[in-house]
Amino acid sequence: MTKKVIVLGEVREGALRNVSFEAIAAAKKISGGGEIVAVLLGDAVQSLGTEMIHYGADRVVTVEHPHLKTYTSDGFSQAFMAVVEGENPDAVVFGHTALGKDLSPKVASKLQSGLISDVTGIEGEGEAAVFIRPIFSGKAFEKVKIKEGIVFVSIRPNNIEPLAHDDNRTGDVSSVSVEITNLRTVIKEVVRKSSEGVDLSEAKVVIAGGRGVKSVDGFGPLKELAQVLGGAVGASRGACDADYCDYSLQIGQTGKVVTPDLYIAAGISGAIQHLASMSNSKIIVAINKDPEANIFKVADYGIVGDLFEVIPMLTEEFKKIKAN
Amino acid sequence: MNIYVLVKRTFDTEEKIVVSGGKIQEDGAEFIINPYDEYAIEEAIQVRDAHGGEVTVLTIGGEDAEKQLRTALAMGADKAVLINTEDDLDEMDQFTAAQILADFLKDKNPDLILAGNVAIDGGSGQVGPRVADLLGINYVTTITKLEINGTQVNIVRDVEGDSEVIETSLPLLVTAQQGLNEPRYPSLPGIMKAKKKPLEEVELDDLDIDEDDVEAKTETIEIYLPPKKEAGRVLQGDLSNQVQELVQLLRTEAKVI
Repeated sequence: MTKKVIVLGEVREGALRNVSFEAIAAAKKISGGGEIVAVLLGDAVQSLGTEMIHYGADRVVTVEHPHLKTYTSDGFSQAFMAVVEGENPDAVVFGHTALGKDLSPKVASKLQSGLISDVTGIEGEGEAAVFIRPIFSGKAFEKVKIKEGIVFVSIRPNNIEPLAHDDNRTGDVSSVSVEITNLRTVIKEVVRKSSEGVDLSEAKVVIAGGRGVKSVDGFGPLKELAQVLGGAVGASRGACDADYCDYSLQIGQTGKVVTPDLYIAAGISGAIQHLASMSNSKIIVAINKDPEANIFKVADYGIVGDLFEVIPMLTEEFKKIKAN
Repeated sequence: MNIYVLVKRTFDTEEKIVVSGGKIQEDGAEFIINPYDEYAIEEAIQVRDAHGGEVTVLTIGGEDAEKQLRTALAMGADKAVLINTEDDLDEMDQFTAAQILADFLKDKNPDLILAGNVAIDGGSGQVGPRVADLLGINYVTTITKLEINGTQVNIVRDVEGDSEVIETSLPLLVTAQQGLNEPRYPSLPGIMKAKKKPLEEVELDDLDIDEDDVEAKTETIEIYLPPKKEAGRVLQGDLSNQVQELVQLLRTEAKVI
């Protein structure tokens, strides 16, 4: 039996986040050939519909409302549930992003459904789909399936390959009007701390610093390298505890779990909690003065040396390559 | 103020995970209060100390979880409740847990419920928001600052590294993010006092719950360890040559740049 799958596309600063396209790819597997309907919520999202079609959605439904300009769980759940009621899907896919993490449990509660969150892989298709997700921050994995009701999953960014972009795909982009009322949360202000970089959980390249960074300023060279590579800066718990950086940068069992293509660990010794949360990165580079540091045990490439010498040299090398 | 904290007993973060017979081996492992729940407990104590009222810590689990509840009481919580499901439920998922917690809380009129934003074992981060939705109250996740004036609540929330400044009101459920506070260690007098504090144990029969109504919607069919990552190559030679070699390897061998 094929499944009708609804995918929530995520819009940030007027553009679709990549995880939206990854969610379509996940939906494709779950659908077993059924219809994929993308949902976009915001104050002006109609024009983004075509892009979702190009990435594999069959149809797009948008809800536009001034109250949806910024995300609130009340506003977005009202809009999303209105679409769900109209569409009556068999499955729902969200990105496991800040928005997805906040919204998906509320929607699952309203649907009285299970929710398999933080999915990093899908085995099988349609009815037989089984979802892989990390537990213990990546120290182990589990395979989970839905026993009954709607198949609802949230997928971790960067783990499921989007389908090929196809300009020739066409599909209907329609809109639904929804009354949005009783918003209990008012967002007064958003303070952008991550403006210099790409979002850590979605970054293809992560440059992470540990105690070896030694100070707030010590993160400077890491930021510069991240900028050249279009990556994000992260940190170990040690660096956060020492106040060299904000806790929002922490990668670890208490902190973020990341799986970029390239993870450069600078001055990080490699505690078990940290290793769990980054060792599923595709390629790991370790830079540490201590050749005995644990981090070298999981690194694909290691340089034994002072990060303050190595990182600027790396930045220069990559700059040269970019210039050519 | 009537404050509840949802806590979970989890593996210590130092523990290596061993899987045998398709299950995680718990023998000999150290257990702790989920670290994010510790922030929630600390914040609850601070809110109570500033505004008065009572802090009740609440968990679902077996007898073993009493130890973590006693720790929370030793930190300064006033009361603890263990919803013991050992005899009634074999399998439980986030749907199950939220239904049970919400059922217990529905006639308790909590002003404020705190929880960790995620448990470091299952890592789903669902139970808090689900409970709030079932109780019909608002929630704010991953908070790093909480200020309460009367029923008005000012919150700073971590959103992928950015901070949202939020205004909302009680009753409310919040989930704690790292940076919210510095959880205290239980003091010796605290530990002594905790032994005399009330720890109530309830079972599903005491609640208005039929086991079939809370049956898990999801099922774990396999647990396994990731392939062990092999140590790679430590580059040799002059530092600048190493750097050049690394860049070359990343481009041609690893093909990530």
